[in-house]
Amino acid sequence: MKKLIKGNVAICEGAIAAGLKSYFGYPITPQNEISTYLSKKMPELKRVFLQAESEIAAINMVLGASVTGVRSMTSSSSPGISLKQETISYMASMQLPALIVNVQRGGPGLGNILGSQSDYFQSVKGGGHGDYKIIVLAPNSSQEMYETSYDAFDLAEKYKIPVMILVDGIIGQTMEPVEFNRITNKKNKISCNNREWVLNGCKFRTSRSIKSLFMQEGSLEKYNIELQKKYELISKNEVKYEIYMVEDADTIIVAYGISSRIAKSAVKLARKYGIKVGLLRPKTLWPFPYKIINSFAKSGVDFLSVELSHGQMLEDVKLAVNGISNVRFLGKAGGGIITEMEIIDKLRN
Amino acid sequence: MRKVFSKPKSLKSVVFSYCPGCGHGIVHRLVAECIDELKLRESTIAVAPVGCAVFTSDYFNFDITEAPHGRAPAVATGIKRTNYDKFVFTYQGDGDIAAIGIAEIIHAANRSENITVIFVNNANYGMTGGQMAPTTLIGQVTKTTPFGRDPKKEGYPIKLCEILAILEGTTYLERVSIHNPLNIVKAKQAIKKAFQCQINKMGFSMVEILSSCPTDWSMTPIEAIKWIDEKFIKCFPLGMIKNKL
Amino acid sequence: MFIVIINSKKCKGCGLCIQACPKQCISYSKQFNKIGYHWAVMIKKDACTGCSFCYMVCPDICIKIYEKAN
Repeated sequence: MKKLIKGNVAICEGAIAAGLKSYFGYPITPQNEISTYLSKKMPELKRVFLQAESEIAAINMVLGASVTGVRSMTSSSSPGISLKQETISYMASMQLPALIVNVQRGGPGLGNILGSQSDYFQSVKGGGHGDYKIIVLAPNSSQEMYETSYDAFDLAEKYKIPVMILVDGIIGQTMEPVEFNRITNKKNKISCNNREWVLNGCKFRTSRSIKSLFMQEGSLEKYNIELQKKYELISKNEVKYEIYMVEDADTIIVAYGISSRIAKSAVKLARKYGIKVGLLRPKTLWPFPYKIINSFAKSGVDFLSVELSHGQMLEDVKLAVNGISNVRFLGKAGGGIITEMEIIDKLRN
Repeated sequence: MRKVFSKPKSLKSVVFSYCPGCGHGIVHRLVAECIDELKLRESTIAVAPVGCAVFTSDYFNFDITEAPHGRAPAVATGIKRTNYDKFVFTYQGDGDIAAIGIAEIIHAANRSENITVIFVNNANYGMTGGQMAPTTLIGQVTKTTPFGRDPKKEGYPIKLCEILAILEGTTYLERVSIHNPLNIVKAKQAIKKAFQCQINKMGFSMVEILSSCPTDWSMTPIEAIKWIDEKFIKCFPLGMIKNKL
Repeated sequence: MFIVIINSKKCKGCGLCIQACPKQCISYSKQFNKIGYHWAVMIKKDACTGCSFCYMVCPDICIKIYEKAN
């Protein structure tokens, strides 16, 4: 049976089904449905909901829950995510799994509360200080919001890494029917598979510490190499994308989130006009689908990056194409969304 | 031959990286002894700060995590809320708790989180070389107050215990010192009471410990403990600030 | 009778135990230890009353005190 819910609520349902034990958040539009929904739902399930005094406190509470091996999440929107970046860097170094949801709004600064995709750089290039990456997932419907947040914890725990779900305010706010198709209450869901790092009191074992400070000469250098190896492994194993009508395409649109929904309609419409265009939608923004884009470029396909920013993902598309074919850009930030006709006009130029 | 006094089990047999005469070592021992005596070692999850005491994670012999600068009370909240049966305390310095982390400590206290805070106040930022802290005394010379702290420019020493005392959420607040054996005994009693407050699920407890930092105060260890006696405790009076136990 | 054992390898020679001892039983060593300090040594073993002040003030937990039955 399908249920009509907002994308933001779908995220909550997915996380709860995956065994989310604690949520810590701070109000900010356009993600308030998440904390509103969980403030009722979590206590009903005898799980933890706490409204923190700041974005910073919220992510640090997630860090605290995460060191004890319980599934924990926070959610925010652009300025709030900026505040969380220091702790996300710590968590990447301490190798802590957790779910961070960013329902992007317009920036820079306080910007506005309309949907936007301008936090791409901040999310996929690290965001905080130091050499690190976090996994960034980009669902584009309520159904996918549900499934992505359900799977996010497994992914986070498999690699001991924070996972971010990066969506825009439009996907977060749109109501769509969702099929709750995932198995819930699976016993192994709440705990991690490998728990040998978890802090749960040193009964029957030696004491453990989790830290990100490496003062001994050479130790940080060694640790960074270890982290990079993990990132390489994730880049190899976890790239996910969707392709649509690319077989005979002269141009492939690259778009994620709300832009990919519009781009898909534009592809359908463009085909009626005889324009040979396809769509490649990254479902993981980090790791980014460099390889598949590069292989299309090698066969002479041009690219059009469509995003609600002034050209952020564009840079990764260009890196993937590496000068082999043409890469064009269509985007705007801080207000309206791109229309199908704008995309088609761009393709005709 | 009967052993009367020796290192508690909750401390590892390592050489501390603290300077000679630094008060952290004494506070470490008191905390470790209380943990041992209350049989809490195997259920403890501690939170280390940023500052000199970041190294506690190498010295304490129980589970311990690091926290970003000032955020230890939030991290402890996350631990305790998801692990009610565990014993959770933070160990923080004056810069960590009373400057960058003052929001986190006030709100954790106000929510009456059932955690304990060990607050080591040595009137300066020790790790970074002795800059002015929120608890630096009026007139005290530090690396960033070369002419002495001037309240017109740098404000007044922050008395955190007194600030927290007005919050309804706080249960046990005491200020102690470690400048002589008598006060060390009192400090240990205070730490133990604060720990018991948490064991009995009575809510937020904090012990502020006036400690010495001879290196950054440019004093010998003996001069430093004299300075605590003559100057420090005049500004930060010792004793029970609040006790709802 | 009490026996005070001071760990010469860990002691940083801060002198707090020397100051704290009510019977002036402790003094500095003439030599340096490996970490570069004059460590604390017992000089008047018989005068020790086992008060544990030295143990209490030692920031490096270098001191152990034993009681020996007479």
